[in-house]
Amino acid sequence: MFKPTTRHNIASSSHLPEVKLSKRHSTSGQPSSRWPYRLNFYERPPTLDITLEEFETFAIARLQVLSHIESLSHRSLPYAQLSTAIATYLKQHLPLSSNTARNVDLDAERRKDEIGHWVLRLAFCRSPDLRARFLRSEISLFRHRFETDDVAERAQFLRSLEFDWQLVDETEKSQYAHELRTCMPWGTKDEQFKAESWFKVPWYTVPDLVGARRVFIKAGMAYVPQSLQISLVLQAFGSRLEKALELTAKNLPRLDEDERLFPVIDHLAASFLSGLGASDYRPDGETSGAVVTADMVDDVARKHFPPCMRNLYERLKRDRHLKHFGRLQLGLFLKGIGLPLDEAIIFWRKMYGATMSDDKFNKEYKYNIRHSYGQEGKRANYPPKSCQQILTTNQPGTQDSHGCPFRHFSPENLQNFLISTYPQIDRSSPEMRDIMDSVKTAHYHVACTRVFEVTHGLKKGEGLSKDGESVVHPNKYADRSRELEREKLEAVKAKDEDVSMD
Amino acid sequence: MPIPIRDDPMVDHDPANPQVMSAFYRRLFPYRPFFLWLNQDHVPAKLYTHREFAFTLQGDVYIRYNSFHTSDDFKKEVLRLNPSRFEIGPQYSARPRDRKTLAAGALQPQRRELVFDIDMTDYDEIRTCCSDKKICKRCWGFIAAAVKVLDHALRETFGFKHLLWVYSGRRGIHCWISDQHALDLNDDQRKALVTFLEVIKGSKEQSKKVNVRGAKDDADLHPALKDGLDQLKVDFVKLILRDQDCFRSERGWEALLAILPADRDVIGPLRSKWQSSPTASSEERWADLVDAVKVLRKGNTTLFRKYERAMEDVILQYTYPRIDAEVSKHRNHLLKAPFCVHPGTGRVCVPVDPSLVDEFDPDTVPTVGELLNELDRIPPEHVEGGTKRRAEDYEQTSLKPYVEMFEEHVAAILKDGRGVKRALKEESMDF
Ligand code: SF4
Ligand SMILES: [Zn+2]
Repeated sequence: MFKPTTRHNIASSSHLPEVKLSKRHSTSGQPSSRWPYRLNFYERPPTLDITLEEFETFAIARLQVLSHIESLSHRSLPYAQLSTAIATYLKQHLPLSSNTARNVDLDAERRKDEIGHWVLRLAFCRSPDLRARFLRSEISLFRHRFETDDVAERAQFLRSLEFDWQLVDETEKSQYAHELRTCMPWGTKDEQFKAESWFKVPWYTVPDLVGARRVFIKAGMAYVPQSLQISLVLQAFGSRLEKALELTAKNLPRLDEDERLFPVIDHLAASFLSGLGASDYRPDGETSGAVVTADMVDDVARKHFPPCMRNLYERLKRDRHLKHFGRLQLGLFLKGIGLPLDEAIIFWRKMYGATMSDDKFNKEYKYNIRHSYGQEGKRANYPPKSCQQILTTNQPGTQDSHGCPFRHFSPENLQNFLISTYPQIDRSSPEMRDIMDSVKTAHYHVACTRVFEVTHGLKKGEGLSKDGESVVHPNKYADRSRELEREKLEAVKAKDEDVSMD
Repeated sequence: MPIPIRDDPMVDHDPANPQVMSAFYRRLFPYRPFFLWLNQDHVPAKLYTHREFAFTLQGDVYIRYNSFHTSDDFKKEVLRLNPSRFEIGPQYSARPRDRKTLAAGALQPQRRELVFDIDMTDYDEIRTCCSDKKICKRCWGFIAAAVKVLDHALRETFGFKHLLWVYSGRRGIHCWISDQHALDLNDDQRKALVTFLEVIKGSKEQSKKVNVRGAKDDADLHPALKDGLDQLKVDFVKLILRDQDCFRSERGWEALLAILPADRDVIGPLRSKWQSSPTASSEERWADLVDAVKVLRKGNTTLFRKYERAMEDVILQYTYPRIDAEVSKHRNHLLKAPFCVHPGTGRVCVPVDPSLVDEFDPDTVPTVGELLNELDRIPPEHVEGGTKRRAEDYEQTSLKPYVEMFEEHVAAILKDGRGVKRALKEESMDF
């Protein structure tokens, strides 16, 4: 609950929500006057009751959206494709409807949107790097919503913000008619020019328009046509949020009232740093049905393993040995792709081969395998590790093979590994350049997604699914790979049947 | 009997000699205006105390993250380290010298002059008079043309007032902009401005390097570029056609043909004509091109427009400023300070008046050796100085006009700064 207290007044001026958790879920019934529009500049901290669960789930939903947007934006998709990808994803994870929408609980949507935003502010205000990335993704999200907004509602929303943009008067317009006209898109008609009006703002408030030479600039002022207003709005949104984040960072230590919040906030920040939404792997029904036996692993590895697992598996084959974290990473992954416990025991026994006595295997290793399947000890059913965990926990030492090749290999070794593992990739191909570029900027999952695309004959940007999802979990990588294979087989079968028909 | 060394014009004042540099820093470097220029106030402010200085010592040792409380501290350190040159970075969020005791991420670049760097190397593919590290009065023409266009754009388009142009000591020129707005620009804004100004793009492998007319290559030039083009038309004739004579050689005119639209009926005849007249001048060849395009005007207006635009682009490609964009984009980029001595040439990095840049001759810039010789020649009684104000050493050397130019520039910045401060005060009294 961002609960109203006397201190709330201070908090709102310092851009820090007052957070206290309530025990129960409060039923909605907030006046919708809090959210008159779909769009929101998030300038007033929420003062609503909220449960810990909401605190976390709303934030995670938004985090997934932002992470997704971030990874999409690193894949340089054509604008239309990017926009649809965002739209599909948003619809699923964080829908937000216009006032005209029917049969939608507008307040619930907007409340979730607002709370998620404010919780993430707390999580991401703490380092300049996090702030910058949060800001960038929030701007993209806002931009997407702005562009898809209901025109009338958007106009009302803008009016409510009361910007003080200076309107260019007719005299000035005719004085610079030629220049203003030249800056409009090539082929603009006379009537369009007459109907257009301009705002005058310091050039540095619209850097994107300046960089693209889309505005006339004179004596430090940029002349922004109404049609490019979005740049002004985004700039205002961004600079206000940026300032607010800095303030929040300064005031964060005051948020010590409820220590239950901190682990959540920490976790959120860690997830975002690794470039991923907080995601656990739960096998979807279809794939988990397909059992993999010890004998099949070799074939599945060649066709479907993501680079990290492929590396571990090749190591294991070569050295007949893996160190602890390597065994754990690969073992849980194998469980995830459908290798049952008894098959797992056969598999590992076979892999260690003669280097290990039966006695030692049974005593030391069998227990661990059973343990990871939840058959020993606490009987916890450990889930396979996500990319985020692989990327950020248990950093591999010099003798280790676990981890993520994109993050934990040197650039040369990574290249050699990719070339020798995937015939589709060679050293000087543009794909290799894409991959290494992403690695350089620490977007490991983007690099991994590119490998997925290249090795599955997919176009750049297609990713793991229709909305261009990127790799967040090794098991999702493998699942999708097997799914694609199935689809291909079915297509071939269908064709065969066609043929046999005539 | 003492030998009068000071009459010996051959006294060796090699900048690689530490004693030479030490004498320069002791007697000639203009510390006071230099401090005021960076600090923009008489009392040391963050703009100075949180500012990074990086020293390059003899033997290429590089020391970063120095910062100083006062101008005297700075001077002491310069005299102690006796660097071969030094560079200036941004004002950070904390004192750079404290960086080891700061929390991670606590040292962030904040404010910094907007800077530009133009270097002759970027003109190597066009200039015909020299190559490599060489520069002469003739190739300085490229720099002069660039300075005029850039200076105009920065003032007229972007509204900046306090531009300091500084000869880089060998082959190029720097520009430092000290307006408040310029100091406050973040990296995105700097990048936007540079992208706006950057016209020549593309590697060696790309012949047409000017692509400023949108995806279809058919739009009119942005008014600011049109402005630049109009200025450059004159320089193009003088510099490219006459002085450098860029299209006389086969390599030269083939390069020209390669960036024009590839219409067989236009290019074909031109090529055969030029092949058969290997000694024709660039002016003649350009006239041929103009004639060939004129013919199109009546028959094929679309193609005519295309060629007309392409010829404008040629002018831009050969004369428009080639700026080193990376230098300008990031606040934390270090740039060599004015009044340093170029270690290779011994020339002092002196300010350049942009309105006289055409007359500027890099060969006449004083070298540290000449300056020290001038000092040696001052009669001893002068050095003792009676009750009269003792003249600063630099005032008795040819460095004088440059220091004065610098002081005037600094005075204008300070005057503006005081205006800003007064406005701020008044504003705060309103509340
Ligand atoms: S990104 Fe994830 S799936 Fe890909 S290699 Fe790294 S850890 Fe494995
Ligand atoms: Zn020359």
